[in-house]
Amino acid sequence: MSARGIRTARPLSPALWLGWPMVLTVTATVLFAVPVRIFSLALPEPVFPLVLAFAWAVIRPSVLPPFALLMLGLFLDVYWGGPQGLWPACLLVAYCAALAARRLVTGQEFLVAWAWYGATTALAFGAGFVIAMALAGDAPNIVAIGWQYLATLLLFPAANGLIQRYEDADVRFR
Amino acid sequence: MSLRDGPLGDMKVPLAWSAAAALVIAGIFAAALLLSGRRDAMKAQTYDAVRHAVDAVAAPVGGVLDAPVRWADDGVAYVRGYFFAVSENRRLKAELAKDGDLRDRLAAAELENQRFRALMGVRTDPPLPMVFARTVAEARGPFANTRLADVGADKGVVEGNPVLSERGVVGRVVGVSSHVSRVLLLTDAESHVPVLIVRTNGRAILSGDGGAQPKLDYVRQSGALKEGDRILSSGDGGVFPRGLPVGLVVRGLDGAWRVALDSDASPIDDVQILLFKDFSQLADQQALAPRDLPTAMTEEPSQSIIGSTPSTTAPPTAKPAAVAAKPASTAKAKKIAAPPAKTKAPRHPPVPTSPPF
Repeated sequence: MSARGIRTARPLSPALWLGWPMVLTVTATVLFAVPVRIFSLALPEPVFPLVLAFAWAVIRPSVLPPFALLMLGLFLDVYWGGPQGLWPACLLVAYCAALAARRLVTGQEFLVAWAWYGATTALAFGAGFVIAMALAGDAPNIVAIGWQYLATLLLFPAANGLIQRYEDADVRFR
Repeated sequence: MSLRDGPLGDMKVPLAWSAAAALVIAGIFAAALLLSGRRDAMKAQTYDAVRHAVDAVAAPVGGVLDAPVRWADDGVAYVRGYFFAVSENRRLKAELAKDGDLRDRLAAAELENQRFRALMGVRTDPPLPMVFARTVAEARGPFANTRLADVGADKGVVEGNPVLSERGVVGRVVGVSSHVSRVLLLTDAESHVPVLIVRTNGRAILSGDGGAQPKLDYVRQSGALKEGDRILSSGDGGVFPRGLPVGLVVRGLDGAWRVALDSDASPIDDVQILLFKDFSQLADQQALAPRDLPTAMTEEPSQSIIGSTPSTTAPPTAKPAAVAAKPASTAKAKKIAAPPAKTKAPRHPPVPTSPPF
């Protein structure tokens, strides 16, 4: 067995597939919160942790991702100043959907996987819509939700990259 | 004996099941957070220590990330100013010539306004102190529209203070740390601001929904609105002072009446936080001070509450009837004759005024 084969046969370290992506996600969120105007237009505000909610579920089932998503959701609530508990619930809904559809998503073509990602993300935004409506007593703006959904949808290549990198990293989950 | 040596040593829980169990536990946590932590903008206790800590860290980080953007903006403005100085000069001259007439009319209206105020005994509100701040991070999503400003309790900012840009109301402060404040924008779903429609003097509630243009709810009069109507803060409820510029009425895509915010017309990176707490700030504290009033149950006319002047009630003397009858009329005559009292010079620059309407 080659040196590379021995390395990939080791159990996957949580720091690699959970820790670093979390750090990158938080960094990206902070970067995109800078109040920049380019030609009078603000930066989009995608929900970066939704990439992880989808990719982690597809890579492998594990005990840690739900709690990592809980922490990321809390971070979003606090950093964006939103209602407490909104984003943890949305991220977990997306993770739950992706985990349930894991066998259908694994090994699919890029565009098909993108469609699955779009569906799980739409579920997360749907949950956010319902929760925000229950909290504020009024429906949030659909157009604003649509823009954020679109911006998040465009992040699928990042989710795909993460899946491709770690899907076969642990031989037990091939 | 360790667990591995026992009968359960060889048992392996399927990973999918353990992941599902973890998901359920995390979901319960999330639900508990949702149910326990409803964001109430005006209550400090919900703005807990975690939020203070994150804001305190996020503000300087945002400031550092924002700095290159500001420098680039300044550089572009400098280059643009250099290359377009001549055309800008022409434009400014034309504007100056056009505004000359407007300035004269404004001065005349101001004089007339002063006379009417003196005649009617209207008391104007004193200028409010304010602090200037820079916003260093923002949330623009559909579920949260907030900004972090780089001043806090150290500059006297408290929760509830209104926040203005150079053109109009931006929102209000909902959280304060020592050097940072979180501003809830008018577009946030939890923002509800009482406003008035200038043309009809009608009242409404400006409710954010996460979109760029907040809705007008609870419009009191039918036909009170039409496109282009100017909207000001009404001062009802006491969170905002009356008369701050908010925006113009527009018809939304959904058919609802909405407001194109004045503050959208310019970047709201630099804001002013009005140190307005409530209406007691605007009142004359001396006049509000408790004083000894005569009892209402008296047969002595001079000691009746009715007709007595505030704070300078004369003690009953030899001519009670005359004292009781005269004060109101003489005071009014003095007010008409005398020029309006000048207010004390503001400690800070005055509140930006709304455009003439």
